[in-house]
Amino acid sequence: MANTSTTPPVRQHWAHQLLDWVDARFPLTPLWESQWGKYIAPKNMNFWYIFGSLSALVLALQIVTGIFLTMNYKPDALLAFASVEYIMREVPWGWLIRYMHSTGASAFFIVVYLHMFRGLLYGSYRKPRELTWIFGCLIFLSLMAEAFFGYQLPWGQMSFWGAQVIVNLFAAIPVIGPDLAIWIRGDYVIGDATLNRFFAFHVIAIPLVLIGLVVAHLMALHETGSNNPDGIEIKKQPKDPHTGLPLDGIYAHPYYSVKDVFGVAVFLLVFSIIMFFAPEMGGYFLEYNNFIPADPLKTPPHIAPVWYFTPYYSIQRATTTDLLYVLAAGVVVLVAFYWREIPRGLWRKLTLAVAAVLLVGFYFIEAKVWGVVLMGASVLFFFLMPWLDRAPVKSIRYKGPLYKTALAIFVVAFLVLGWLGTEAPTPAYTRLAQVGTLLYFGFFILMPWYSKADSHKPVPSRVTK
Amino acid sequence: MSQSTDATLAPGAAGAEAVDPERRRLLVATCIAGGAASGAVAWPFLASMQPSDRARALGAPVEADISALEPGQQMIVEWQGKPVWIVRRTKEMLATLTQDTAQLADPNSKRSEQPTAAQNEYRSLKPEYLVVVGICTHLGCSPTARFAPNDPSMGPNWPGGFLCPCHGSKFDLAGRVFANMPAPDNLPVPNYKYLSDTKLLIGDETKGA
Ligand code: HEM
Ligand code: FES
Repeated sequence: MANTSTTPPVRQHWAHQLLDWVDARFPLTPLWESQWGKYIAPKNMNFWYIFGSLSALVLALQIVTGIFLTMNYKPDALLAFASVEYIMREVPWGWLIRYMHSTGASAFFIVVYLHMFRGLLYGSYRKPRELTWIFGCLIFLSLMAEAFFGYQLPWGQMSFWGAQVIVNLFAAIPVIGPDLAIWIRGDYVIGDATLNRFFAFHVIAIPLVLIGLVVAHLMALHETGSNNPDGIEIKKQPKDPHTGLPLDGIYAHPYYSVKDVFGVAVFLLVFSIIMFFAPEMGGYFLEYNNFIPADPLKTPPHIAPVWYFTPYYSIQRATTTDLLYVLAAGVVVLVAFYWREIPRGLWRKLTLAVAAVLLVGFYFIEAKVWGVVLMGASVLFFFLMPWLDRAPVKSIRYKGPLYKTALAIFVVAFLVLGWLGTEAPTPAYTRLAQVGTLLYFGFFILMPWYSKADSHKPVPSRVTK
Repeated sequence: MSQSTDATLAPGAAGAEAVDPERRRLLVATCIAGGAASGAVAWPFLASMQPSDRARALGAPVEADISALEPGQQMIVEWQGKPVWIVRRTKEMLATLTQDTAQLADPNSKRSEQPTAAQNEYRSLKPEYLVVVGICTHLGCSPTARFAPNDPSMGPNWPGGFLCPCHGSKFDLAGRVFANMPAPDNLPVPNYKYLSDTKLLIGDETKGA
């Protein structure tokens, strides 16, 4: 490529020669350098920045263990339960592979929830990282689908009745619901056809989507550059005259490579302790009722989803007729409250139309349908974060008491909803879940107001420790 | 790559920039046709997820022998993959059905599903035997029997009936749902008929519950 006629050829190591050979045909070195090797990251990324790499690690773990489980698992309503027991008892090391996979599922949600929480702390969803965030939200949705389909495969009592309830949520949609549910099940009831297609979704369809989204997520991130705990854009800083890097930037490799390896080691230690000593985690990671084969004639006396779905399950259960009255009042109050902020013309008309549809809908459509809508909305609101937050600063370090309080309430509401979702419903618990639901949505819906009304501290020009 | 010999650009630099409306129209038409074709190809895939011919054929009625069922007992038979309950109700159980219908959401089963011959206060062909599909009309769990009247865990004045474990819907001994429960409607009664005094045919007339 370059003109080398003036200098004598230097004998290169064969590995370099091989790399040159590849680079002339495929952009291997540019890919590595743009995505990691020469990626410039803020020098102040902290503990919370480990969970992205850990998510990627767990994704790889799930894919590898999943492939090996597939070698012995049978997606057949008559054989599935026994094939899982066979893996546990008779396949050499089968128990280890299965426990890695089942513990991995819970670990995935733990690291992804912490990863998302980091976003809420430091405003990582704000401009210019909106697409990184949106790809992240899509990953979260796909992950929920992946976990739901995977949970059906052992074909225990919880698999069966969980699928029954969730698919029937779709049946609640007016007009198209019943046919949609039959189409999802592939039968009039949850059965072999359902298990077989959920297997297809779990082992190939959703994983492909997940991998594609993770690639997009990382490409978007490496385009804008990482945020940091101070929420300062290092790319806007002057360059260091010696290194040519932004003043607060360092190379991801080797600096963050080393940090990530350390994080991985700690994570694997904790993961192994759980996997070897408490793989069922007291019924939270693997539910006891799922050690009973699916029985379409008998629902277990207490059913609850796996822990990572329970906040959303609580929101769905909390949506009763009483809550709809509160929601109707809430819609009216919100429209009045935000009215002056809404641009005149089309936007105002649209707001009124949406409010009217909601009010009429609350009156005419059963509460269980709204339960489904609210459950969906509780995930979809995350997508809107980049536009709901109107604070002039990104990071919680410079945000005021309003945002800090709101975030604390949100976290408590999320945890309480999660706990309630594992309990049998009583009237008092249902009330509590309703309060939790309102607080959960309040965090998002009131954000345009409190993020603006808040007091903010000045952001320094250089990152702090 | 593109050389001046390329006939399409020949008329000069300006021509290379300007949109040729005829070609643009062709391009749009091609895109629409291609899009329609891709959409049409998606159909067989989506349609393949509907119930297969075999699944459709499996709606056959099932016979149930009720000769061993004692008064106050319940049996479960599987029909179309669903639990169908047969409850032999005692005199006392039947008496609860007429007591306090004001607490029920749909006491006369006006909006619930049952053959017309069973749209009565007992929701059955013969008062003694209740035949219902044991699938909660909320989200499809199967309720459990709570036959004992005044069961303390069921709240005050419990007449006896069923409790859904999933979201707590309560039903009376005719499968009628109590008011203000997550489940909107009574448990569906399937089509059935008596083949003899001790034999039932459930799911007669193909139409499912
Ligand atoms: C399979 C799941 C996921 C993987 C493998 C993954 C991977 C990563 C990695 C490696 C990073 C860079 C390191 C770091 O900042 O921690 C990152 C950053 C980020 N991720 Fe994810 N992620 C996943 C899911 C999500 C989800 C569900 C969201 C949000 C809904 C999200 C939002 C973000 C944001 C906003 C950043 C930029 C953070 C910043 O610069 O402050 N990610 N992700
Ligand atoms: S499924 Fe029976 S109450 Fe919800």
